[in-house]
Amino acid sequence: MVIGKERTATSLGLMSILVRFREVGILFFTVLLIIVVSILSPVFLTAHNFRDILLNISILVIVGLAQMMVIITRGIDLSVGSMIGLVAMMVAFTVVAFPGMNPLFALLLGIALGAALGSLNGAIIAWGKVPPIIATLGTLSIYRGLVFLYSRGDWINSFEMPMGFRQLSKGTPLVIPNLILFAAAVAILVFLFLRYTQTGRDIYAVGSNPQAATVAGIRVDQVIFIVYVISGILCGMAGVLWASRFESAQTNTALGFELQTVAGPVVGGVNIFGGSGTVIGVVLGSFLLGTINNALTIVKISPFWQLAVQGLLILLAVIVDSAILRRLQTATKQGNR
Amino acid sequence: MNQLQPLVSLDGISKAFGGVQALKGVHFEIYPGEVHALLGENGAGKSTLIKIITGVHQPDQGEILLDGKPVRLADPRQARSSAIAAIYQEPNLFPDLDIAENIFVGRQPKQGKRVDWQEMYREASKLVHSLGLNLDVKTKARSLSVAQQQMVEIARALSLNARVLIMDEPTSSLTLSEVAELFTIVRHLRETGTAIVFISHRLDEIFQIADRVTTLRDGIYVDTRMVADVTREDLVQMMVGRTLSSLFPKHDVHAGDTVLEVEHLAGEGIFNDISFELKAGEILGIYGLIGAGRTEIARALFGIEPATGGRIKINGREVSIKSPQDAMDLGVGFVPEDRQMHGLILQMPIAQNITLPILQHFVSGFWLDRNKESSTAHDLVRRLRVKTAGVWQLARELSGGNQQKVVLSKWLGTNPRILILDEPTRGIDVGSKSEVHQLLSQLASEGIAIIMISSELPEILGMSDRILVIREGGLGGEFAQAEATQEKLMHAVTTIRPA
Repeated sequence: MVIGKERTATSLGLMSILVRFREVGILFFTVLLIIVVSILSPVFLTAHNFRDILLNISILVIVGLAQMMVIITRGIDLSVGSMIGLVAMMVAFTVVAFPGMNPLFALLLGIALGAALGSLNGAIIAWGKVPPIIATLGTLSIYRGLVFLYSRGDWINSFEMPMGFRQLSKGTPLVIPNLILFAAAVAILVFLFLRYTQTGRDIYAVGSNPQAATVAGIRVDQVIFIVYVISGILCGMAGVLWASRFESAQTNTALGFELQTVAGPVVGGVNIFGGSGTVIGVVLGSFLLGTINNALTIVKISPFWQLAVQGLLILLAVIVDSAILRRLQTATKQGNR
Repeated sequence: MNQLQPLVSLDGISKAFGGVQALKGVHFEIYPGEVHALLGENGAGKSTLIKIITGVHQPDQGEILLDGKPVRLADPRQARSSAIAAIYQEPNLFPDLDIAENIFVGRQPKQGKRVDWQEMYREASKLVHSLGLNLDVKTKARSLSVAQQQMVEIARALSLNARVLIMDEPTSSLTLSEVAELFTIVRHLRETGTAIVFISHRLDEIFQIADRVTTLRDGIYVDTRMVADVTREDLVQMMVGRTLSSLFPKHDVHAGDTVLEVEHLAGEGIFNDISFELKAGEILGIYGLIGAGRTEIARALFGIEPATGGRIKINGREVSIKSPQDAMDLGVGFVPEDRQMHGLILQMPIAQNITLPILQHFVSGFWLDRNKESSTAHDLVRRLRVKTAGVWQLARELSGGNQQKVVLSKWLGTNPRILILDEPTRGIDVGSKSEVHQLLSQLASEGIAIIMISSELPEILGMSDRILVIREGGLGGEFAQAEATQEKLMHAVTTIRPA
């Protein structure tokens, strides 16, 4: 209700509402892709296939949202893949050692571990004044190194894992698989956090104009510390879910995943230079990436070609998106004259 | 000199930015072999005129003649190829390239396709020595002093065969002996027939170096005189010679208790030994040239870059202000100079801008009460008569005057007892300006203590109960409203402190 009131209060017409809804271009491209692939293959547009796509992007959405908050503050967290790998490994070893453990407790343990790792990132960046890209490049290696040290090169296999832990992500007590529900819950929580809390507002303020935020009395360092802790927390959660979903924890778990977590938000309209980004954008961006991957397999593009075509489609999506945005902006400008 | 044809001549130049008329019918001629000083207050239009001569801006009206022929300087590149070069207060060199590379950047002497380094260093050496400088041309620009960097810029201009050299406040960051060195070079250039446009706020320098002086006031051409024929008083008169408009709402002084005492405040290398008092209901004007340290004093009082020495007392108690949060807790508000950079978050809605410093007032439990936030913002917007489609309109969509009102709303929302305003009416239209002035008077009558920094004399004289002059980081005088005149203030800021 509040939202409706705010939108009509501006009464600037449909065009500028579309411009403000930054994600319109990516939505358009996604729908276009779905139509084209549906025509090419009958198995694409089925409930089962969509369940697959959603399962495949759930972890990406969770970590992509974390990455978005970091990017909004003009930072980047390259250590997400290593944090996921380390938490997955430590929690997997723990559940194997204590098979009777409540899976939710495993989840909490992962979150606590993630928070600790994220705090280190945050402290180095906020108070050590190390540029985020360098700090997290460093911890990317450190955390991955810890995976090897902790596991001594060993790994956890599917058959070793207790059933309850596997069900944490795969169970369907509410019809929809838990993993998808976790991602949806995170998306809703992050949305509420950014929109209805002081810290959420401060994150945008710090990223849009750090100087003005300082003058307004916002403790910029503190806000920056917090986003990296949140990133750690969500990676901790993602690590546990990853181990549960793939029923394994290996030294190369989530290796290179950081690139996808940047691609998802950026495709979804998050400004890589900070200041803006929305939950719906990250969800749409991740969904588009998932759909592209899925579609390429379904229309039987040769695996040799898949990576290149995937990259091509991502670029195309971003180009279409910015073209649509530009047209809308000029249209509203002329409308105002 | 006057028998010659002017090298560059500008006739009837006008230029407006948005609604602000920066130049109106300005006339300016530069002859070869003269040093022509350009004089005027901050905002008189000097910079705009320079930008037109160097092709950065194009005039709305008027004609530019080069060697008597009309030209259009569409961009800086064209001005450069017309032999017009400029050097600025802050040199613009590539710090990691050496002197020779800086001089020849983008047009290195070539042998075939390869850069001819030997030739480049030889040429650079020749140029540098012709300026009487004793510098190794393989020195990196980073390790040069500001003065030396300026010399390199001059050398670069000369290597471009510049016939017109514009020097925009070249002396403001130089020591006295460096200024003397610079002047030696300027005189040397004059002898070789270069035309020099010299801008400085220091009247003494104009008497030392310039042949003629042209004065601008509020974007309007005042006069061009031979320096030999004028006195300091004449120049000051030409710069300020206007009658105070009645735009400024007079307000009665009913100063209350002293709320702020500043003692020997210092900021590392920028300002020193600043002491003053401020009473409730009083408007204290701070006047000084841009770069004199006014803004830094304000930023120190608000804890953005905390002072490195001295004491601050609020309501008689010594306080420590280490961050804006500290200042706000003590009831201090701050309207910064650059509203786009420091005052607003342009891509946020008006409401969110206004509530930014007081967001904690809208938190109930964990969540923000956006309705309450919205209605508070709405009240302030109405009180300040911000013209907007609604409080959820983005700040960047507003005009300058309305943006400034949003910044003021934001700080009024914090209920300050002391309000510091840095250039509160810069770049806004006349209507908003007078609204801001009325608001300040009203706030003072409600007992808020106000510090108003401004480079506009009429504003300072019209609004302030007392005026503090800041000159080169120090206190240059204090005047009661009754005794202050434009001439006195202008004298106070343009006198060089004994070295």
